[in-house]
Amino acid sequence: MSGEHLSLTLRVWRQDGPEDPGRFETYQLDNVNPHMSFLEMLDVLNEQLIESGDEPVEFDHDCREGICGMCSLMINGQAHGPDRATTTCQLHMRRFRSGDTITIEPWRASAFPVVRDLVVDRSAFDRIIQAGGYVSVNTGNAPDGNAIPVPGTVQETAMDAAACIGCGACVAACKNASAMLFVSAKVSQLAMLPQGQAERTRRVLGMVTQMDEEGFGACTNTSECEAACPAEISVSHIARLNREYVRAALTAG
Amino acid sequence: MARVASEPLNSRVPDGPIEQLWDRHRFNMKLVNPANKRKFRIIVVGTGLAGGAAAASLGELGYHVQAFCFQDSPRRAHSIAAQGGINAAKNYPNDGDSIWRLFYDTVKGGDYRAREANVYRLAQISNHIIDQCVAQGVPFAREYGGTLANRSFGGAQVSRTFYCRGQTGQQLLLGAYQAMMRQVQQGRVEVFARREMLELIVVDGLARGIVVRNMRTGQLETHTADAVVLCTGGYGNVFYLSTNAKGCNVTAAWRCCRRGAYFANPCYTQIHPTCIPVSGDYQSKLTLMSESLRNDGRVWVPKKAGDTRPPSEIPEDERDYYLERRYPSFGNLVPRDVASRAAKERCDAGYGVGETRLAVYLDFQDAIARDGVETIRRKYGNLFHMYQKITAENPYEVPMRIYPAVHYTMGGLWVDYNLMSTVPGLFVLGEANFSDHGANRLGASALMQGLSDGYFVIPYTIGDHLATASLPPVSEDHPACQEAVQAAEERLSRLMSVSGKRSVDSFHRALGQIMWDRCGMARNRSGLETAISEIRDLREQFWKDVRVPGSAGTLNQSLEKAGRVADFLEFAELLAIDALEREESCGGHFREEHQTEDGEARRNDEQFMHVAAWEFHGVGEEPTLHKEPLNFQYVPPTTRSYK
Repeated sequence: MSGEHLSLTLRVWRQDGPEDPGRFETYQLDNVNPHMSFLEMLDVLNEQLIESGDEPVEFDHDCREGICGMCSLMINGQAHGPDRATTTCQLHMRRFRSGDTITIEPWRASAFPVVRDLVVDRSAFDRIIQAGGYVSVNTGNAPDGNAIPVPGTVQETAMDAAACIGCGACVAACKNASAMLFVSAKVSQLAMLPQGQAERTRRVLGMVTQMDEEGFGACTNTSECEAACPAEISVSHIARLNREYVRAALTAG
Repeated sequence: MARVASEPLNSRVPDGPIEQLWDRHRFNMKLVNPANKRKFRIIVVGTGLAGGAAAASLGELGYHVQAFCFQDSPRRAHSIAAQGGINAAKNYPNDGDSIWRLFYDTVKGGDYRAREANVYRLAQISNHIIDQCVAQGVPFAREYGGTLANRSFGGAQVSRTFYCRGQTGQQLLLGAYQAMMRQVQQGRVEVFARREMLELIVVDGLARGIVVRNMRTGQLETHTADAVVLCTGGYGNVFYLSTNAKGCNVTAAWRCCRRGAYFANPCYTQIHPTCIPVSGDYQSKLTLMSESLRNDGRVWVPKKAGDTRPPSEIPEDERDYYLERRYPSFGNLVPRDVASRAAKERCDAGYGVGETRLAVYLDFQDAIARDGVETIRRKYGNLFHMYQKITAENPYEVPMRIYPAVHYTMGGLWVDYNLMSTVPGLFVLGEANFSDHGANRLGASALMQGLSDGYFVIPYTIGDHLATASLPPVSEDHPACQEAVQAAEERLSRLMSVSGKRSVDSFHRALGQIMWDRCGMARNRSGLETAISEIRDLREQFWKDVRVPGSAGTLNQSLEKAGRVADFLEFAELLAIDALEREESCGGHFREEHQTEDGEARRNDEQFMHVAAWEFHGVGEEPTLHKEPLNFQYVPPTTRSYK
């Protein structure tokens, strides 16, 4: 199991607050165990910074098992780093070589303002869900679960879309900072399921309007989002979103 | 070590046959007139399954709800990481399930240390949860014909578990989150993200608000309300390494305990049998591999101690499938506490595998030969993927290595049948309370309890409190509010001013080591006594030598952690005291002094058939033990056997 320990040069974005212009700081980190996760490597950096009297690097993280969507980071210009279908917390240092320089930045998008260092504000995603990303059913008025049959194949595709972890990598990876993959995942999931039919039109119009208001860019079908997505959400959901939107625009009158 | 209160604690379970209790109770509780609901303000702390479901449901009823979470969005609460599934007594597979059987299994699985009336209600409600989640669009696994699929799970002999691949918690949480976002849109729920609760505000004996720190700006904020609903999860991170998210903490619950809410059964901690083993001292957390894997995976170690051959070179007749050997009727599906102890027993005896020898194999070779790789991939693909990410080994070809890890805590703030704590107006839901799992929780029951409490219990019981309590308006300049803010402020500045040399994490690791070594899967008197004195020493050192860099007036994750670790250092002592007082083995609490000849847990029903609820009197002061006697009228206690 044990491999060679790594010596790394880290270029880390430091920014004291939303108004601070920010800058890169360079740190040297030796003795990095290749079995560490990327965030554990940052933990070690922070211990080193605290010991030397510096302020540690602030970064968002929570579950550290790839599901909560809290961790982020542009690593050498790639959202969540070089591995496909992998969040930063699941990226391991065995992916890097001793002597590497690693550049670490926050998500860059005007709709995701920096809070401090590598921490950004992704509340725009919550507001998009508020604009229609749900089925309006109050607690207590549901029929028996099996009264709403959903063919296995439909359910599988809906689940593919529902797997979105809301991390924002799609936005960070997109040259236009578009949120289309995120929005399409929820629209697509609910448009496919019988439960989502009643609000199908209102939902897509509301969510797309909110997405635009938040300042996300337009989609130009370059599919960077799909390549960066740790939950492997397919751009075919964007295609479905576009169809849903056209359909809704024509029927909403 | 502990004073014992003479009066037993009253759970306020109504009288009557258990099947009718909840129905009758709902009728007997007072209702709040629909027009009056909007006049009441309710604070919900935590936005996981319990908190999200509560906030959404209370908003739908018309209450004004304020929901708080420490994450950047309510969608990230740690319920999201639950993998395996959620139980319900639907009996869709026609295999003999019923509300009664789910009730029976849960009481037995909890080793006869849960309150029967609560468990029965949970089993009754379980079916409504599935209906509700389906209606929300939660994509549960389906059969080709479109009906809901079920699988079996540890501790049960029927298939009653509903699931969404290996991401059931995520999908249920997003369902609750979306329901809550709908209420935000309708103006009934306000979300306060990146807020950490630091104090409970108690006015005239009633919970009337909270003090939170805005984690972005460092500002302390006072929020007043007519009731406070705490849904802040468990305290597994007192062990430092656990399957919990890094942010999970005991602070909100502990702050309430310090304000008069009793803490029940803190020694009941669940060590989950199937986690990826520890690989190094830099390790920051442990990752669970869903218990559902035990449906198809077989657990084994070599028959020869110290066998270092790779698994592929160990022939079938030299493997010890020790769960199948010891527990022929449940085999690999024994409950978690039993499976964990069995793994520890094998490793302690020298049969462990892998570099650290602290692991056992979970092998899919037979399942793949039987069902094909594709079937296994469909069932467990994301789990196998996660395992490979972390270990760089391919579980389709090499057996997984697993070892038990801290996962869930059955203990929590004491609540009555209405889920109200000993501070009136403070309700506690989900993992944060102690109520339904006794001394051991069965798989796929945590999601059930969180959603049951949030969607279907609190909407009724909170109304009874609001309709009957005297709730004059409380403003932010009320002396009780000012005192709470001041207490929080002083604590923060005390943390900032120690200016020592050691990082917060180093203290947290040290605490975790004490807890794991002396208060983990096996406990004994001398170990627990040592733990208590070590915890006290560590706490003293913490307040002399911790270094919290930066300032309190900005985002400062070191300060956030420092506050949580300071509270863990107080709470850990209570956990150890509770473990010391409970002179028996039950569920996740295994006292080495109390075991049968073949190493199984030995309960002491004569002396310990009670809930131990602790009243706090001050740091280092002797707490008072309040006992709630447990009666098993419907599921007579027997020796729990899975043989």
